[in-house]
Amino acid sequence: MVIAVAAIRLSDLFAVVMLFGVYSLLTAVLFMDLDAVDVAFTEAAVGAGVTTVLMLSSLHLTKRWEALPRRNPVLGLLVVGVTGAALVYAVLDAPGLGDPSAAVHQHVTPRYIEQGQAEVGMPNLVTAVLASYRGYDTFGETVVIFTAGLAVLLLLGIQDDPRMRPGVSTIGDQVVLRSVVKVLIPLILLYGLYVQFHGDFGAGGGFQAGVIFATGFVLYDLVFGDGSARAVVPPGWLHRLAALGVLIYGGVGVYSLLAGKAFLDYSALATDPVHGQHLGVLLVELGVGIAVFSVVLLIFYAFSGRGRRR
Amino acid sequence: MSFLPGIFNYLIVVFLMMAGFYVVIAQGNLVKKLVGLGLFQTSVFILYITMGNLAGGQAPIVTKDLTLYSSPLPHVLILTAIVVGVATTAVGLALVVRIHEAYGSVEEDEIHAKDLADDEAMLDADAAHKEEAGR
Repeated sequence: MVIAVAAIRLSDLFAVVMLFGVYSLLTAVLFMDLDAVDVAFTEAAVGAGVTTVLMLSSLHLTKRWEALPRRNPVLGLLVVGVTGAALVYAVLDAPGLGDPSAAVHQHVTPRYIEQGQAEVGMPNLVTAVLASYRGYDTFGETVVIFTAGLAVLLLLGIQDDPRMRPGVSTIGDQVVLRSVVKVLIPLILLYGLYVQFHGDFGAGGGFQAGVIFATGFVLYDLVFGDGSARAVVPPGWLHRLAALGVLIYGGVGVYSLLAGKAFLDYSALATDPVHGQHLGVLLVELGVGIAVFSVVLLIFYAFSGRGRRR
Repeated sequence: MSFLPGIFNYLIVVFLMMAGFYVVIAQGNLVKKLVGLGLFQTSVFILYITMGNLAGGQAPIVTKDLTLYSSPLPHVLILTAIVVGVATTAVGLALVVRIHEAYGSVEEDEIHAKDLADDEAMLDADAAHKEEAGR
């Protein structure tokens, strides 16, 4: 909370962005405390990692300092105060934290918890709900991410900055940083794979894995010079990979249609329905992971490759 | 946070939400507006996760000797929302970068002033053109 207020007050946008990163990390800790391990995971990787890097690179492309405020904040404060008061009034009726009679724990939740294990056959209920019960939603989300990646590409495009030379880092030759990162990157990538394929049993899944994997490459690019990552994974591949990820997800759905079941009904994938569910979730998560990884990395390329103009 | 009474989390959510809302409507810098949107977004995340929490519950990963789990449904919704959030933030930032290239500024007021100036210049040019045609 304190950090949020500080972030609003400061006019050094660099500090604002860094504080926002810290704030995300703290939010992740709060999620952990509230038993939402998968979510904490995602927030830590996305909020504290990727968002900060993206915001910093767009600051690099624009301006660091905010202009002095010239407008009167009273009207804004008034609107916010009234809305806030209304919300607080609404919140007074909300069920308390952890109340078992709250509406959230009444409708579909008991079924997910009691039947999830038997029907989908995997211990991590979050993954089961994500990929199987709410497979349509997740397919939609994947398409949204894909579309967002397309939008960024349309807006910025991936350019080759003439000043960009692989192997020559803009931050100079940092020996300590280089050695540490050299050890870290294989671990990050390995961890990404573990998160991807162990998502059925422990916390994790395609979304987190995709982001973690992409973070590994972003780190490589930052430390070993702008454009190094492009030599390893060219943007042209990523275009295809992003489409491939969505295609895998959609393909699983279409296959189950052709096999005479409903769209994304994974029990069509194998003779034993539970086994089919397991296989389907694994494939779908793989599709999500590939799509998220390539979109995040594409977005990073688009921002980092753009030369500063004006 | 289980030692804190009932709705404390919700009050924090409202505070954060309003802080983000204030930044979005009252501040002129576009990058800061995006940070404000981010604040607003995380407040919604916290709201959902708070609702899904169950007293005495565990993280929803089935093990043999546990029966109480937090609801997995809000977790799923928020998990995807976070990743979608970063994607949409990236689109917003891309727009900001393009705006900066076109206007040389990321302050709302300056952009607006420039737009007005452009409009006036265009109207002037139009008027001059008509005058010429009248002669």
